[in-house]
Amino acid sequence: MITPLENIIIKTICRLLIPFIQLFGLYVIAHGHGSPGGGFQGGCILAASFMLVVVAFDLPEAKRRFSEKMNNIFSSLGVFIYAWTGWMCLLLGANFLDYGILSKILPVNPVMARYYGMFSIEVGVGITVMAIMVSLFLDLVTGGKHEEALDE
Amino acid sequence: MKSLAFIVTVITGVLLIYATADFPDWGDPSSPASLHVSPRYIEKTVEETGVPNMVTSVLADYRGYDTLFETTVIFTAGITAVMLIRRPRK
Amino acid sequence: METIEFIIGKYNYWVYIILMMIGFYAMIGKRNLVKKLMGMNIFQWAIILYYVSIASKKGGATIPIIQNGHGEVTHAIEAAQYLNPLPHVLMLTAIVVGVSTTGVALALIIMIYRRFHTLEEDEIIDMLRATKK
Repeated sequence: MITPLENIIIKTICRLLIPFIQLFGLYVIAHGHGSPGGGFQGGCILAASFMLVVVAFDLPEAKRRFSEKMNNIFSSLGVFIYAWTGWMCLLLGANFLDYGILSKILPVNPVMARYYGMFSIEVGVGITVMAIMVSLFLDLVTGGKHEEALDE
Repeated sequence: MKSLAFIVTVITGVLLIYATADFPDWGDPSSPASLHVSPRYIEKTVEETGVPNMVTSVLADYRGYDTLFETTVIFTAGITAVMLIRRPRK
Repeated sequence: METIEFIIGKYNYWVYIILMMIGFYAMIGKRNLVKKLMGMNIFQWAIILYYVSIASKKGGATIPIIQNGHGEVTHAIEAAQYLNPLPHVLMLTAIVVGVSTTGVALALIIMIYRRFHTLEEDEIIDMLRATKK
């Protein structure tokens, strides 16, 4: 079980580091087109920053920042964004996930519409991977009993 | 029982090593895996999608349907784990 | 001389086969469920390493990202310049699915431990037989 760690050095360093880790995760998601990266990797980095909150502070503090309800909403929101991008292409008259047709609603040519369609689904994948990694971590590390994790 | 498992493992490994004699050499540019569809992905990715990273363009565009259901698999796995072991306090 | 060329051409496959057989032995030979799960992960990683290795091309090929690829690309792009991107894509998805299946398997192991208070397979089978009679 998780034991709360009262160490001011760890807490301060984590408080300083976590925004930069999250910024790097967002960079990896958003710049996955031109450099190594993408939704899966960036989502895992975002989840790692949240796990650092759990390790450095304690579980109630972490759940106050990113509650379980928000986690469940995010995990389905990512799949929703992905499927919704595919359905937009279908509604505009092309095949499912054929992003070139998105140039009808975006002010770009069809090739760049594919670029932004891919960006949209990478964001969806990143959100889902982040939320699922966090929920798997919290459930496995406490055995599913978040509230009793600090009792012992 | 453990010796049986060891014998089965050794036989399988020897068969697989025997099968590698038919494989192309490591790093061979003319191996079948490098000749079938990947040249088209490499040559057309910037022209067709505007994305320099081929891994992203193949993952999200050429094989987007695969990735959609793979994301669904991750979602299902997470929901399964929550349903299996999450016990909220009443 | 031919033997040495044969070994140099094929030895990376042998490394992955040995790694895969370690995982296979752990899956069928060990009795502890966590050790079986670790064997499954070793097996999976052997296959992932094998797939990534068949993407490689000798002769100056670089990572599968077009150099100076933003905007209009005027220079010629040849397939021999870049690694094969397809195995990388397949394994990128396989890694994440592997993490998810490991999570579900660990959740199942936690449930089994809560019910039987052991993770040894033969003890669990004995308990199941005792409850059936």
